Formats: sequence, structure tokens, C-alpha cells
Amino acid sequence: MTTVINLAYIVASILFIYGLKMLGRVETARRGNMVSAIGMLLAIVATLLLGGLDYVWIIVGLVVGGAIGWWAAAAIKMTQMPEMVALFNGSGGLASMLVGWVEYLRNPHPGVVTSIAIFFAVLVGAVAFTGSVIAWGKLSEVMPGKPLLFRGQQPVNALIVGGAVVLGIIFIITPPTTYPLLLAVIGLSLILGVLAVIPIGGADMPIVISLMNSYSGIAGMAAGFVIQNNVLIVAGTLVGASGLILTQVMCKAMNRSLANVLFSGFGAVSTAGSMKVEGEVKPITAEDAYYILEAASSVIFVPGYGMAVAQAQHAVKELADLLEHNGAEVRYAIHPVAGRMPGHMNVLLAEANVPYEQLVEPEDVNPTMEMVDVAVVIGANDVVNPAAREDESSPLYGMPIINVDHARTTFVLKRSMNPGFSGVDNPLFFKPNTRMLFGDAKTSISTLVSEFKEAVAA
Amino acid sequence: MTMLLLLFIFVMAIFLGLELIGKVPSQLHTPLMSGSNAISGISIVGALAATQIHGTFGTVLAVCAVAFATINVVGGYLVTDRMLAMFKTGKKD
Repeated sequence: MTTVINLAYIVASILFIYGLKMLGRVETARRGNMVSAIGMLLAIVATLLLGGLDYVWIIVGLVVGGAIGWWAAAAIKMTQMPEMVALFNGSGGLASMLVGWVEYLRNPHPGVVTSIAIFFAVLVGAVAFTGSVIAWGKLSEVMPGKPLLFRGQQPVNALIVGGAVVLGIIFIITPPTTYPLLLAVIGLSLILGVLAVIPIGGADMPIVISLMNSYSGIAGMAAGFVIQNNVLIVAGTLVGASGLILTQVMCKAMNRSLANVLFSGFGAVSTAGSMKVEGEVKPITAEDAYYILEAASSVIFVPGYGMAVAQAQHAVKELADLLEHNGAEVRYAIHPVAGRMPGHMNVLLAEANVPYEQLVEPEDVNPTMEMVDVAVVIGANDVVNPAAREDESSPLYGMPIINVDHARTTFVLKRSMNPGFSGVDNPLFFKPNTRMLFGDAKTSISTLVSEFKEAVAA
Repeated sequence: MTMLLLLFIFVMAIFLGLELIGKVPSQLHTPLMSGSNAISGISIVGALAATQIHGTFGTVLAVCAVAFATINVVGGYLVTDRMLAMFKTGKKD
């Protein structure tokens, strides 16, 4: 029977690999997800063939977990996707931590290698769990999104990491007598996850989520070493590696190192650039904005987190359709870190039925920005801040941005003059070709839509 | 020896993972993340095996592990499918 189970695990691993590969292309992505789900089902069924399982309790666990997961996945709004992914991720990390813990209880005399694996599984699993929960809190605005810093934070963090490692080493050397040490490691790791994420600001959440995703994979991999199971190791490692790559992509898009994101408390200190912001803010009414849009033959929408908050994606799509009907070319420029998770804007626009051919990346649209009549910035801020290009003292300096200030006219839809999440002033608002359309993004766009419709009716 | 073999598998999987995910278009970043997140629910295998334990406290931990891993698996796959169902090309409209 063991052979059958292990063969099933190999097939499951192959399905995961294929599934992940197919997830990398739009045409095959959905099938890829199903392939990987079939792999998961196979791995679960194979495991159930093991003897000596507590089937009654397994059914309880599966039913409860399945119901919660199904309900959450079905009920969630697309705009809330980042926090949902964070929660799912946290529950995976917690599961790996618990597996490490139970395995110690099952066999309190593990060898050195197994002890190391248990240590990593509980450490990384616990960090992924509480870190994801804090990320959820920040994303769902249960907690303030701003970085939370306190005096001596870094020494405290270093002390906790050091403490966990020292306790871990003692645990690894003398596992049989040191159950309390394992509990202490679990406790410290849970605290560490909290402390590691609270100093990170909302705008850096795409990086945090991909990193937590990677951690939950690594925790699964470590759990695989604990129970000496190849499918856990393969699947966990694949997730760990993909999470790290995504993290790297996100860091690159912000021109920052991972260490900088994790430790700097970016945006907590107002490091205003030395460059004087000159000029005046020029507000515009929706009616005047309509006349400019009506005459435009090339329009680019630049969405940001504000579009998600205002749930404006459907209104934007409606406006885009009217513009196209009016003969304008419409595109959407998506910055990799716009929003609160990697690809956040793409999901929202897909929900509004925007064909993905109209979505363009910054490096493709920037060279031709001079030919664009109107760039409409919807709730984006840091990703269109020209200070990233012009002001060497700005904390954003060097971050690749979408050069909307090079378009003939730029509309900025914004609720107020508050700076973005990073707390950095945006000289874009003061540029001569920028017009500010104040108000809720959805209301503003809807007003433009009705202006268009009235004009057609008249 | 088993451990060495597992270590070998682990190292191969790292390289495979890095190769697989190398060039993914940015519009797929979210589904890739939530799809791979669902895969990390593979710790459900460990959780199921953990129910072999005797004793109340251990069983409670193991059942919790099963439940949380299942949330990760079921929720992760369903939410990814929901997102991917929305990705359309202009041609089909």
C-alpha cells in the first residue's frame, strides 16, 4: 500500500508542476488551476489510504474547513481579494506549524535532522500565520494601514529572532527533554510574525503578501521533511520559489531592496524631498473634463488602489466603452505595484470585462506618452509621481513610474489633496497640464458617463 | 539515506520552481499567487497523517491542522478559479 501511496504522490507532484506552468499563460491559466486542484485531491485521497487515521475527526476537520473555505471564496468581493488571499495563506501557515507540533508530540525522540525540520516548520509556519493575519488587518482596514513603529523596535525584533534561534538550537540538540522549549519557540515565532509586519506600510503590501505566500510554502516544505514526505517537499518548495520570484518582481517595480521594505518603516517618517513643489493646483469640473475627453483620440487610464476602494472599475469600463464608441483609442496602464497585491488592478478590470489586450505595462506605454491626449489617473498616486524621476532626495527616487505628466492633459481623480500611502508629496498635481477632479472616483466617472450619454441623446 | 534523497528532491524542486515561474505576465500575478497559495495547503497531507496520534490534546491540534489546511486548499482553488473565469480576451465579446 505504501508503494501505491507514494506513486500517487509522484503523480500529484507532476500535476502541481504542470498546473503551475499552465498558470503562467492567460489561455491555459484556468485549466492549470484545475490540474493542480486534481493533484491536491489525489494527494489527499492517497493519504487517506494510510492506516490508523482518525477518520471521524478527519471528516469533521474537512467539512468545517471546506465549508469555511467555500463560503469565503464565494462571498468575497473582488476588491477584497488581497485580504482574502492573506487569510487563506495564514491558515496554510498555521496548518504547517500545527503539523510540526503534533509530530513532536507523536515522537518526542526525533533525530537531529527531524528536530531541525520541526523547528523550521513551527518557526516559518507561525510567522506566516500571524504575519498574514496582520497583513489582513491592514488590508481590510481593521488596523491602520500606516506603518506602526515604536522605539527600539529593531533591537526587540533582533532579540526575538536571536531568542528563537538559541532556543531552537538547544531544542535541536536535546529534543526529548525540552518540550517547553518548543512551546517557547512557537510563542516567539507568533510574536515575530506580528512585529515583522506592523512596521510595513499599506503601499508595500504587494511585497508582504508575496513574501508571506513564499513563507507558507517553505513551512509546508519543512513539514515535509518532518514527516519525510516527498509531495510536501516538492509542492512546498515550488510555492516557496514562486513566492520569492514574485517578491523580487515587486521589489524591482519599486526599485527597492527586500531589506529596505522589511526594515525601513517606509513612509512613517515624513522625508519630504528638498525640491520645492511649485505651481498651483487646478481643479476641473466634470463638465469641463467631459469636453476634453470628448475631443480626445487617445486616452489612457491609470488605476490605483483608489479605484479599488471606490469600486469604480465598472464605471471606468462604461466610460471606456463610450470613449471607444466616440472614436478614441483606450488603454489601461497598469503599474506592477498598483493596488495592494501583485496584479490587483488586472483582477478588478477583468471583473469589469476589460479585455486584457487593452492592459499595457509602464515600459510599453511610457515611450509614446507624448501622443496621449488624456491620461486619467484614478486613485493612483506614488506610481505616477514624477519625483521618482526628477527629485533625487525623494524617497521614491528611482522607482519606475508611469509618466502621465508627459501626456497632453492629465486628469487626477482624487478625494482630497492628501499625499499617497508613502506620505510623499506629488508634484504631478502642480504641473501645468494637470487638472484635478476632486471627489469620489466612482461618482466622478459616473458623472462623466452621464455627460456622454446626454450628449448622445441630445 | 532517506533524508539525503529528500534533500536531493528539495534542491531539484527549488530549481524547477524558479524555472517555472520565471516569466509570468503581470496580469497573472494575482491568480498565480492565490493558485500557488492553494498548493501550499499541501500541508493537509501532513495534517491528515497527524491524526494517527493518540491523546486528546494531540488530536485537537491535528484536527485543527486538517481544518485550517482545508480552508487554504478549498478557498484557494475556488477563489483562483473565480478570478480566472473573469479573464477574457476582447475577441470573444
